[in-house]
Amino acid sequence: MTTLNIDHVSRWFGNVVAVNDITMTIGPGVTGLLGPNGAGKSTLINMMGGFLAPSTGTVTLDGQPVWRNEQIYKHIGIVPEREAMYDFLTGREFVVANAELHGLGAKAAGRALATVEMEYAQDRKISTYSKGMRQRVKMASALVHDPSLLLLDEPFNGMDPRQRMQLMDLLRRMGAEGRTVLFSSHILEEVEQLASHIEVVVAGRHAASGDFRRIRRLMTDRPHRYLVRSSDDRALAAALIADPSTSGIEVDLAEGALRIQAVDFGRFTALLPRVARDHGIRLLTVSPSDESLESVFSYLVAA
Amino acid sequence: MYDPTVARLTYRALLGRRRALILGALPLLLIIIAVAVRGLVGADDQTAADVLGGLALATMVPIIGVIAGTGAIGPEIDDGSVVYLLSKPLKRPTIIYTKLIVAIGVTMAFSAVPTFIAGLILNGNGQQVAVAYTVAALVASIAYAALFLLLGTVSRHAVVFGLVYALVWEALFGSLVPGARTLSVQQWALAVGHKVTDGDLVTSDVSLTTATVLLIAVTALATWYAGQKLRTLTPTGDE
Repeated sequence: MTTLNIDHVSRWFGNVVAVNDITMTIGPGVTGLLGPNGAGKSTLINMMGGFLAPSTGTVTLDGQPVWRNEQIYKHIGIVPEREAMYDFLTGREFVVANAELHGLGAKAAGRALATVEMEYAQDRKISTYSKGMRQRVKMASALVHDPSLLLLDEPFNGMDPRQRMQLMDLLRRMGAEGRTVLFSSHILEEVEQLASHIEVVVAGRHAASGDFRRIRRLMTDRPHRYLVRSSDDRALAAALIADPSTSGIEVDLAEGALRIQAVDFGRFTALLPRVARDHGIRLLTVSPSDESLESVFSYLVAA
Repeated sequence: MYDPTVARLTYRALLGRRRALILGALPLLLIIIAVAVRGLVGADDQTAADVLGGLALATMVPIIGVIAGTGAIGPEIDDGSVVYLLSKPLKRPTIIYTKLIVAIGVTMAFSAVPTFIAGLILNGNGQQVAVAYTVAALVASIAYAALFLLLGTVSRHAVVFGLVYALVWEALFGSLVPGARTLSVQQWALAVGHKVTDGDLVTSDVSLTTATVLLIAVTALATWYAGQKLRTLTPTGDE
């Protein structure tokens, strides 16, 4: 069990506050660090990885300080965002060098290359690799010492869909093995697909934490939107608008559906099937039209 | 203190194709000039000392030192790949110390060796001129490598600053302005070279004691400070 503790951490550069009093605990499993570009994700990851001193607050890994503590890297694997990685070496030479720097040998490097399925290209120069291959070799270099914490900065940037899926599978596997995996992203669907837990950072502040659907539900003061199709849309609309859990209904003639805005999530979800049954209306489609991270996100940014 | 893996990575980066060409070009030029001078004026001790002092020690050695010293760490910091060294249970001063050894080795190989060869060509080591300048080049290589390694650690424009130092300070002021000479690696190295030959062809404005103390102090301080800077270095992101 490896837990990364970020305790009241702030970081400023001159007059600019990049990270503002963030407290979070990252435990085993896959955690997504989500935020728009410039939100302070990279600054936060740099502090988590021991490459940047917090201006105030502390970052600890199982109680050990991360800053100015080289020995901590026995437990941390880092996949940086940047591409540069000794392009004049072959993939194997690169991973072997990383293993040696951990006091390990070619065997550990071979194992890591097998984990990321890069053995077939390991003797080619890194300069000839595609973006996805580079990413996998970076992963291998981070996994070579079997770390319990894996930090990845924007790992899916520039990857094609197939490479993205492969890396997601690998990260899921790492999380399922009990490792603490944290990756940053500004792309909502990536986080939605991969992370069981998300931490949202907006403008340097910790905006939300937890399962993203739960975060969405916690924000009960925010309207939830649903698209509903039924056997009698107008009758259903009339019955629903009588209840205070619904704040607005639009009959969308083009779609042949109702667009319902609910203000009380829990009450509305119980109300809808009951009203339909009581009025003898068949519900054909009930879909939350904004349960995506995109909308969660825009609420958080606006808040 | 010395890590063979860090050394291997540094060597391979330094002696990569393009940089090796630049490193090789200057010594080649020196030897070509030596051959030409020998052909034109014949073996003359004073001419040999002028060429080795003005061209080899004052110009070539510091430039090779800039390329090897800053090149041993600067590009890694610039492109961010230094993160693969920093994210290891490896003491940061060990990284600097290892890179220093490599930078010294490369500077010596590409400056002292051609200096000796050029000296032999110029006057067949008459009055120990070749040996004296070779010793001076060896000594200067150590201090230059340490200075420029530090420069590569602290500045993104290390090569520019290094060349300005090498060409303006060492080659121009170091040769022309008396006061600047006390603070010139070239003069310190000459003091050591002078001691070796004990002749009048290789002279320095600085006493051997002062030179030795300053050489050791500059090398040690630069190396220590580079290690400290590396401990608080933040690899840059793309943002």
